[in-house]
Amino acid sequence: MNNDKLVLGGHEFDSRFILGSGKYSLELIKAAVENAGAQIITLALRRANSGGAANILDYIPEGVTLLPNTSGARNADEAVRIARLSRELGCGDFVKIEVVRDSKYLLPDNYETIKATEILAKEGFVVLPYMYPDLNAARDLVNAGAAAVMPLAAPIGTNKGLCTKDFIQILIDEIDLPIIVDAGIGRPSQACEAMEMGAAAVMANTAIASAGDIPAMAEAFRKAIEAGRTAYLSKPGRVRDTASASSPLTGFIHD
Amino acid sequence: MAKINGKTVPEADGMSVSGYIASAGYVSGRIAVEYNEAILPREDYDKTIIASSDNVEIVEFMGGG
Amino acid sequence: MKYLPGMENIGSEIQDKVISAMKEYDPSAYTAEDVKAALEAEVCTPEHYKALLSPAAEDFLEEIAQKAMNERFKHFGNSVYMFTPLYISNYCENQCVYCGFNCRNQIHRAKLNYEEIEKEMSEIAKTGLQEVLILTGETRVYSDVEYIGEACKIARKYFKIVGLEIYPVNSDEYKYLHECGADFVTVFQETYNSDKYEKLHLAGCKRVFPYRINAQERAIMGGMRGVGFGALLGLDDFRTDAFATGLHAHLLQKKYPHAEIAVSCPRLRPTIANSKINPRDVHEKQLLQIVCAYRIFLPYASITISTRECSRFRDNIIKIAATKISAGVNVGIGGHSDSEDKGDEQFEISDPRSVDEIFAAITDMGLQPVMSEYIYV
Repeated sequence: MNNDKLVLGGHEFDSRFILGSGKYSLELIKAAVENAGAQIITLALRRANSGGAANILDYIPEGVTLLPNTSGARNADEAVRIARLSRELGCGDFVKIEVVRDSKYLLPDNYETIKATEILAKEGFVVLPYMYPDLNAARDLVNAGAAAVMPLAAPIGTNKGLCTKDFIQILIDEIDLPIIVDAGIGRPSQACEAMEMGAAAVMANTAIASAGDIPAMAEAFRKAIEAGRTAYLSKPGRVRDTASASSPLTGFIHD
Repeated sequence: MAKINGKTVPEADGMSVSGYIASAGYVSGRIAVEYNEAILPREDYDKTIIASSDNVEIVEFMGGG
Repeated sequence: MKYLPGMENIGSEIQDKVISAMKEYDPSAYTAEDVKAALEAEVCTPEHYKALLSPAAEDFLEEIAQKAMNERFKHFGNSVYMFTPLYISNYCENQCVYCGFNCRNQIHRAKLNYEEIEKEMSEIAKTGLQEVLILTGETRVYSDVEYIGEACKIARKYFKIVGLEIYPVNSDEYKYLHECGADFVTVFQETYNSDKYEKLHLAGCKRVFPYRINAQERAIMGGMRGVGFGALLGLDDFRTDAFATGLHAHLLQKKYPHAEIAVSCPRLRPTIANSKINPRDVHEKQLLQIVCAYRIFLPYASITISTRECSRFRDNIIKIAATKISAGVNVGIGGHSDSEDKGDEQFEISDPRSVDEIFAAITDMGLQPVMSEYIYV
């Protein structure tokens, strides 16, 4: 009986592992999703190729929530356009906003992301914005109606882990929305660390898709994320602060 | 001549959207259509006739992070 | 307790949160384990704060002081800010049982005219101070908003920073006062226990609890840079009052991230110096505990120690947790330029040291006295 649910836009999830679907061959997606125990999977929207080729939706197990992203958008208007088209495909109200106008590092544009969030939240989308961890931008996203905040850990695809750890911690401490660490997580231990810090969930794509044994790596991530969450909830043991003054500070008290 | 997904497609002129979708082998439940930069509701696929000045985008989901 | 005509009502979102959290706080429920957890936590949550304020924490005073001192130096370095209060009028319509300016008290009432205000300020400025805190009793007849505004304008000729500790006003009035030159507003809630509050404030506008508790938010809405909070410790249960004060400041900071937050810790000195007589008395040990808890819970807040406390306590506390200290203090009306006060004092001060003396004391401790860290451009 799981009382520790991830709640996004009023929807409840048991799994705190959001799986990206990029860079896979379609046959492996099903195994990856199942081994990951993922209940949310991201998708991209592209021009359809004619000719009846296989579609990714046929490979995603039933009951999994689809999280279309707005990758390709370079500004808020394009993100909004992609989001609306995605919803038109009839797969729910979730959208991950990804607005990138830097093709070298693929770093998100926080400002355009805030604009898109505000428009789409008003249209009833459950908006999960991908952003560069900036507290002020995160506050603006809260005010714009986001359902969560998704700070990057490191540039997309780099597998470098929690480069922005301190700034993600600030978001976890200050923002009253689920903080979902997205982008740059390369190893299960990094995902575990993010969960120990208090992140609500972790999103990973490249780390699994580029692994030697994709289903096994998906399972490793699942276990790591569960372990990290359990550790966070059990309030880790204390590390004693060893510094102390030579003479007591409180000796001056008269009473 | 009508543009579909950025390419001119002369044979599309005069076809209904649903007719074009079928002829090109799309599965209508797996795509969405943007017709002259506005989302075309599914119920309008039959009655919307592609004109030579039209710009149509047909999109589908694929893998992404 | 209802708003009177003319009192702006901005709603009670923060007030409700503070009062309900305070009512749930049972200091005796916290154990040594809770205190240890609070000491070791990297981020002090309201739950940790409750533990630090509890009786159980008294056994850990040295560790609490250590942690407070770490935070103090992390956020403020070794700076100690100096200022002085200037009471420009002690006429008052309120009947607050604990205050020297109580409208029923037969004291010498006075109000400085603008020339006298300027003379006082000019004398104070000669001591080198660059920050002044202007205070009045509460009366819109004798010390109306325009009078206070003019005092601010005069103050800006002599000081870089002007703070106000006046009766609560509406946000458009705070806006006016800000335009006249005031940047900071302090309002002491006295006690956050509204039942006790009613028993202590028998007449006058101050009786309206919600209008007072929402003053800081109205001040920020009016454009004030910063606001100050404080309970008069000892009026009611000092632990719950300190908790409410800290939470009030914390919630306002969350809602207005740009605002500067300050806390003061005035204490009703117990008349009998025996800590076993009344557990609600605030002896020096409890005052130290509270000030350190404020520092740990609000590491970025300015904490002022007033001249209600003696020099020994003040000098030690500025090293550990407080960051702002008054100097050359006179809490009567007009005592800076004449040798005699025109009007009587609000309370008896315990540290009469001059600006030079306190400046030297701070330097001798290896700390850095700071007159002002702002300039207007």
